[in-house]
Amino acid sequence: MSIFGFFTRTRTAPVARERLQLLIAHERALSGKSDLAAILQEEILAVIAKHIAIDREKVKVKLDRDGTISTLEIDIEMPEAVVLKN
Amino acid sequence: MSKVLVVTSGKGGVGKTTSSAALGAALAQAGKNVVVVDFDVGLRNLDLIMGAERRVVFDLVNVVQGDAKLAQALIRDKRVETLSLLPASQTRDKDALTPEGVERVINELREKFDWIVCDSPAGIERGATLAMRHADMAVVVTNPEVSSVRDSDRIIGLLDSKTAKAEAGETVDKHLLLTRYDAGRAARGEMLKVEDVLEILAIPLLGIIPDSEDVLKASNVGSPVTLHNPMSAPARAYAEAARRLLGETVAVTMPVEKKSLMSRLFGRSVA
Repeated sequence: MSIFGFFTRTRTAPVARERLQLLIAHERALSGKSDLAAILQEEILAVIAKHIAIDREKVKVKLDRDGTISTLEIDIEMPEAVVLKN
Repeated sequence: MSKVLVVTSGKGGVGKTTSSAALGAALAQAGKNVVVVDFDVGLRNLDLIMGAERRVVFDLVNVVQGDAKLAQALIRDKRVETLSLLPASQTRDKDALTPEGVERVINELREKFDWIVCDSPAGIERGATLAMRHADMAVVVTNPEVSSVRDSDRIIGLLDSKTAKAEAGETVDKHLLLTRYDAGRAARGEMLKVEDVLEILAIPLLGIIPDSEDVLKASNVGSPVTLHNPMSAPARAYAEAARRLLGETVAVTMPVEKKSLMSRLFGRSVA
């Protein structure tokens, strides 16, 4: 550990929070609970995956809920050479 | 009007039994007639935490199957007159409980008690679903840790779908009890904060129980922490949570350990 380690301690709790938020949105969608944004996310990914090999690790999903409006932002990194299935 | 309260979590080891005993004792001390029911058939522990392990004769399974009368199985607490325990069986498994039998016992308990506190087993199987089946209210016990929060979310889903209330189109009143919380670590970004867990689980906060040595000390001697050391930080937090269950408005504070100079110097209690 560097001598500055004490001052630059890694804050791990924000990572936990972010991982949980994504995971739980996903699991709620699977259990059929009312989270429309998460259901859309799953179905859109499934449709894209039919045609293009996508790496789920490289898919960034952002769910925002603000009062009455939900926004769903899906950022999919395409492989360099798009691999078309069949 | 009696209330059936299930203490549940999904994940094991987060403090369901400790919380059932502490909340049950605090409600009884507030003058309510309380029974704490151990649903963890096969792995009973509530009797041990409440210091009644040598007084168990009949248990929940005996009553459910009609081999004993309810009054024969109930154990009256020796410290608080209005507190009783209905122990689980140690030798049977969870299949020994039937939905009809549990319903009959709960209805019978409703006639005798103001509060029926059901200590759920871990998991999402039969034992856990039977424990929550007839609940009016639920205390979801959660540690500020990823696996516990995930499991709590799952349990909240079950409370909204598998309970008698849910099936009748009503809702079970759900409350979050955050246990083993370390305010210092949360402030340093090493532990999920209260607000993080509340935002993710989206149910109202019943209380914050600080991580404390007093919980183990109380279980060592078989006493609910609220009775063993009422002035300790976890005991005060549980007592406040019980008042909120009774409908009082009590601001949620972060109870802190009061450390003596000696314990500060030597890093452990000198008591």
